Amino acid sequence: MKTGPFILALLLGLLWTAPAWAVNPDEMLADPVLEKRAREISKGLRCLVCQNQSIDDSDADLAKDLRIIVRNRLKAGDSDGAVVDYVVARYGDFVLLKPPFKGTTLVLWLGPAVIGGLGLWAMIAFLRRHSGQGGGQGGGAQAAIAKAASRPRPPPLTDDEKKKLRKLLKEDGP
Amino acid sequence: MSKRAIYLVPLSVFLVMAVYFAIGLTKDPKIIPSALIDKLIPEFSLPPIDNGTPQGYGKGFSSADFKAGGISVVNVFASWCLPCRAEHPFITKLSKMNVAKVYGLNFKDTPKNALKWLQELGDPYDAIGADPRGRVGIDWGVYGIPETFVVDGTGKIYFKYVGPLNGDILENQILPVIEKLKR
Repeated sequence: MKTGPFILALLLGLLWTAPAWAVNPDEMLADPVLEKRAREISKGLRCLVCQNQSIDDSDADLAKDLRIIVRNRLKAGDSDGAVVDYVVARYGDFVLLKPPFKGTTLVLWLGPAVIGGLGLWAMIAFLRRHSGQGGGQGGGAQAAIAKAASRPRPPPLTDDEKKKLRKLLKEDGP
Repeated sequence: MSKRAIYLVPLSVFLVMAVYFAIGLTKDPKIIPSALIDKLIPEFSLPPIDNGTPQGYGKGFSSADFKAGGISVVNVFASWCLPCRAEHPFITKLSKMNVAKVYGLNFKDTPKNALKWLQELGDPYDAIGADPRGRVGIDWGVYGIPETFVVDGTGKIYFKYVGPLNGDILENQILPVIEKLKR
């Protein structure tokens, strides 16, 4: 069996496929400017049935209804903000895929920065302490040498001490 | 802060986060807090279900009905909604208790199917309004039926339950809310 024509047929078949859009052609507005605004607004609104899809992506019934409502409001002359407010009034902030910046969401927005800042502060404090003092527990060989060099030199050994030392070393020997 | 105490910081941060996550895990992400709690019901007017006669079936209802005083329960249902079938006996039970007016919002249904459903299971509602295109449902913030709202005498939405009612939810959530509003 020759596979050539078969593969060619398969490849040609690909020409007939098209991406599956959630937005149906009959929903689209005739005015391309309004339609573009509608698409942008839809991308920011959550489909409450599928939750992590926008209504622009979702095939759910409710998403379709909301897309139509968005378009109807735009046709009625609403601004983008007014359209979003209209939907938020019914479904709450949860419909916004990007949560708004306000009192109740401060922790959400600023929390990561605060925690990151604290971490950075702790890290800098840690590094400062360990490199500034030198040595410590495991400050590295270089730090140990630096520390030893900076220490005041002890007075030289007296003759008595030298004798004692020699005796001790001898005792230790074989 | 003493030097020892600083080593407890990661542990305490972990514990606080663990508590938050533990609470978060017990919550059902499908249940979305209603934006309409403590707000007035939307302005609407729903016709009865079209049964071929001029007066229709189920009387219909509108926002004006809720402002006359008295507690109301609005149950959003449809014949195509399987959990609605499961909760139907509990809506009937609630209706028979006569503690609140029970309204049925027939959501995105065809008159034929809705009438058949009511004939088969019984009609527990004081009034039914048909919302075939779901526009009024959206004004009520409906996103997954069945949904049940408790509205106080001034037309303010006091409580919302998403999902089918059962004996436990009726006893422990819906009825206490109605009791509280009565006082």
